[in-house]
Amino acid sequence: MRVNEHPILNFTKGKKVKFYYNGQQLEGYEGETIAAALHANGVRVMRESIRLHRPRGLFCNIGNCSSCLMIVNGKPNVRVCVEKLQEGMVVETQRGKGELK
Amino acid sequence: MRHTEICIVGGGPAGLTAALRAAALGAAVLLIDRNDYLGGQLIKQTHRFFGSKQQRASERGINIARELAYAVQEEEKITVLTEATALGYYKDGVVLVEQNEKIIKIKPKKLIVATGGAEKTLLFPNNDLPGVYGAGAVQTLVNVYGVKPGKRVLMVGAGNIGVIVSYQLLQAGVEVAGIVEAAPRIGAYWVHASKVVRAGVPIYTSHTIKRAWGESEVEGATIVQLDENWQPIEGTEKDFDVDVICLSVGLSPLTELLWQAGCKMEFVPELGGRVPVRNENLETSVPGIYVAGDVSGIEEASAAMMEGALAGLNAARALGYNAPDLLQRKAEILKELEGLRSGPVGEKIRTGLAKVTC
Repeated sequence: MRVNEHPILNFTKGKKVKFYYNGQQLEGYEGETIAAALHANGVRVMRESIRLHRPRGLFCNIGNCSSCLMIVNGKPNVRVCVEKLQEGMVVETQRGKGELK
Repeated sequence: MRHTEICIVGGGPAGLTAALRAAALGAAVLLIDRNDYLGGQLIKQTHRFFGSKQQRASERGINIARELAYAVQEEEKITVLTEATALGYYKDGVVLVEQNEKIIKIKPKKLIVATGGAEKTLLFPNNDLPGVYGAGAVQTLVNVYGVKPGKRVLMVGAGNIGVIVSYQLLQAGVEVAGIVEAAPRIGAYWVHASKVVRAGVPIYTSHTIKRAWGESEVEGATIVQLDENWQPIEGTEKDFDVDVICLSVGLSPLTELLWQAGCKMEFVPELGGRVPVRNENLETSVPGIYVAGDVSGIEEASAAMMEGALAGLNAARALGYNAPDLLQRKAEILKELEGLRSGPVGEKIRTGLAKVTC
């Protein structure tokens, strides 16, 4: 869900890009964060909590809290609230602590 | 190893102002920020600021951020490293920084820590569901990226941030179902609060959130009235059909670097948690380490800029830089700060500061 009209702000968007969320192709804009692009597509669940497997989403949105860790291009524990979206990115829900390969 | 006279960690209102003031006296400054832009949380603040003209009253935060960032980038004495995260402070005075997955060691003569604060959460069942956000998080999403968090919001906390973000959600076309405030009074400035009330948003004072509802995301919330001892009154529950819950219940200072450096810390609830003991010059118990802005106690951006100015001048002064009107500059800033913290609104801050300023 994007803001279409605003009394104060003009949102300048970057190039439209395609990316993948759990295998599903979505669209977003270069320069915005992965979390913003996911929210614009109605996706708010980012990972599962480690012990109780509860859904977790965005909380602080500025890189402090680590609530939004996801697997991006195979790399776990990426804070999607500060990581910028790029063409073709593969974004997946993170379950568990993630592994370094 | 990079040597510099002053290293500043954090490019928000405090850090940027500190850099400008120190550089104006002639000091070489290295400013680092973990984001790919400067301005910190000012970049999402679309409302007009209060205070005097010197405190940039009636300017919007987003424009202040732009001006300060531009001035810093134009200043020859300041080197800026963005996307650079301070990882640690070492005994030998080295600040370890990561930039583009590479490690940089910085050895400054003086260090100004202006790392800001982090939003607090609140305890209630289902407070971890996606759809429960910090109010500042939603402000970033809406005002920086132009993306809505959901359709209908319950705001928890009627301080300035809660009320201002509620209004900004309305501006972005998001419905605000109500604002709950545990205290018997609205904490925000009346000019902000009356704007949301005029827009038809109810503010429930002496109420708190009891629980959130939902399976994989927020689907609703229940609020409850509190008695004079802040205890829930049974039978006063109200249900809200909301998909977003915003928590605007305060911030805590981001003090990790100060702990590592061994700065003496005190728990001061009025300032948001554990904060560094500092002297009048904003120097901590570790000589050469200064603080400015929310890291030294949660206030707002105007105070952060004033503190940044002071820390910048004092750090440069300690390095031997001077100006004929230096004492006058300092006196002016101190007077501004005193004005900002005056009256009943500033009482909490004054009480808090009295506990940690030596």
